[in-house]
Amino acid sequence: MATASTRNAASQNAGKGFVYLPLIAGWLVPGLGHFLLRKWVRGALLAASVIGMFALGLAMKGKIYGSAQDILDMLGMAGDLGNGLLFVAARALGWGAEHVQVTTGDYGTKFIVVAGLLNIIAAVDAHNLRTGRKPL
Amino acid sequence: MSHPSHFAAVLLFALFASTVFGITQRETPKRMFRYGAYCFVLFVGSAVVLSWVMYLIAH
Repeated sequence: MATASTRNAASQNAGKGFVYLPLIAGWLVPGLGHFLLRKWVRGALLAASVIGMFALGLAMKGKIYGSAQDILDMLGMAGDLGNGLLFVAARALGWGAEHVQVTTGDYGTKFIVVAGLLNIIAAVDAHNLRTGRKPL
Repeated sequence: MSHPSHFAAVLLFALFASTVFGITQRETPKRMFRYGAYCFVLFVGSAVVLSWVMYLIAH
């Protein structure tokens, strides 16, 4: 439960600087939004979770969506885009499978999509901390 | 390349998702841990129950 003093401190903090910086930074690099707010442990755990899930997805020969042919591809790509620079690096360096060829590849593809969705949740949480909607 | 079993994949998925849910959906560390553990149990428990349901339907 947030106390009145923590809420006041958070709302005072909300007026300073670029409010969307933790949101954008947290999306581009998992955990960075929380690091900017000096939430070191939370940032480290979020980064480990998102990057770990993304890496496991690649290790399971998961697919990185590169183009959207139908609605399911579009949804998958939207999830993948949540990974921020990890997605850009994966596309640029040719990580991930072009087509799912092994059973675990299906799991891997879902791991990568869910890692992106979890990263969006984490980035929004950093934004809420920054604006004072959630107490620091 | 990694080939985890179905159950290992469920455990890993539940661990990572529960960690993020716990941190983002609660405000204090104690409540974060409790909510994360709650989500983990629900993820794994529902996977086990649904697996048995599918097994019983198939047999």
